Amino acid sequence: MATLLIPGVLRPEAGGSGRLDVSASGTLRAVLDEVGARWPRLERRVRNEAGELRRYVNVYVDGEDVRRLAGLDTPVPAQAEVQILPSIAGG
Amino acid sequence: MTVLLAIGTGKGLYLARSEDDRRSWRVSGPHYPMNAVYAVAIDQRPATPRLLAGVTSSHYGPSVATSDDLGESWQEPEQAPVAFPADTEVTLERVWQIAPGPAAQPQRVYAGTQPSALFVSDDGGVSYQLVRGLWDHPHRPDWGAGFGGQAIHTVLPHPTDLATTLVAMSAGGVYRTGDGGASWNASNTGIKAYFLPDPWPEFGQCVHKVARDPEDPARLYAQNHHGVYRSDDGGGSWTSIADGLPSDFGFAMVAHPRRTGVIWNFPLTADGERFPPDQRCRVFRSADAGATWEALTDGLPAEPFYPSVLRDAMCADDAEPAGVYFGTRSGEVFASRDEGESWAPVAAHLPDVLCVRAAQV
Repeated sequence: MATLLIPGVLRPEAGGSGRLDVSASGTLRAVLDEVGARWPRLERRVRNEAGELRRYVNVYVDGEDVRRLAGLDTPVPAQAEVQILPSIAGG
Repeated sequence: MTVLLAIGTGKGLYLARSEDDRRSWRVSGPHYPMNAVYAVAIDQRPATPRLLAGVTSSHYGPSVATSDDLGESWQEPEQAPVAFPADTEVTLERVWQIAPGPAAQPQRVYAGTQPSALFVSDDGGVSYQLVRGLWDHPHRPDWGAGFGGQAIHTVLPHPTDLATTLVAMSAGGVYRTGDGGASWNASNTGIKAYFLPDPWPEFGQCVHKVARDPEDPARLYAQNHHGVYRSDDGGGSWTSIADGLPSDFGFAMVAHPRRTGVIWNFPLTADGERFPPDQRCRVFRSADAGATWEALTDGLPAEPFYPSVLRDAMCADDAEPAGVYFGTRSGEVFASRDEGESWAPVAAHLPDVLCVRAAQV
């Protein structure tokens, strides 16, 4: 089981919670697929309809930016912490 | 009489309400703060009007939200309301236009998007499907993009002929369907594209906004990227109505809710000089379908004025007499309760105003 950490602005889409437990593991894609099934409004703020991470959303697996790893194919071990953070963007 | 004025800005939606025949306004918001609101609609067909807003977070992407209590609360469906099917190999950037359908189709709502596509909803604007007939148009690979992106920004359903709808896109121009969306034809005859080697192409024009006459649905008014035009045949051909205006550049075009031939716009000097002509804040009105124009300034700022008014940042309400509204990129909103004769500020110091819509509620 992995733990998903949710930024404040997205918590309304996660039932108000800042932490979600997901049973899927293996890859980040599998974790986000489970998020999509259980909390679809949350998932579509993280990924677009093509299933790609949105450009200004960063995801870290155990503190490592997945864009520097294998993106959606980044391994997510059991007990991993998956953190979603907005990147620095906007005016 | 309560009039609601919805103000979409670069950083959220503001709602202004007037309970005293538009003499004073109470502004609330922002709703969806930090979301760019390019499109807003007030659908008056339900018993309680429904608000619809195209909201786009620079981080978390685009969506369409609805409110059935005039903005007290907002809803979004579980699944993305507007999304491109996988085979299109594109993704939604933002919704630029939300247009309630004709009265005879009380659940129909259209959405125009970036990239240029038309979506249709038959559940009151909650969920939408891509209109394949337009997406598959052979011209589509050659549609261009203006500075703001490639988008369908105007959707005008015919009020009584349910098979007929007109859209406009930048760049690309006007397209019409007469068979319920199965097939579409470019409809730009007479509209100049001065920025192309062939200035009179079949398509490729940068039409900024089209408005439909309230009495004669075949009569249309267009503000172009240089050029102001009228069509008397449903968009089949266009003729200039720019004489009498200080400039033929601008973005907005608004038609009166009931009186034929009455239109408003807000000219800017030129493509290369996007300030009001002579730096004067002036709305122009024609009462004869564009044959003649008059400047309206009573109550508007008299000092040099530099902001522009974007394509959807001007509208009319449905009250009597009609109210007219516009917002600027500098975050000011002005209202007229007498069809443009006089003006008063509604709000100032908002984020840049992208769109306004007003109606009795």
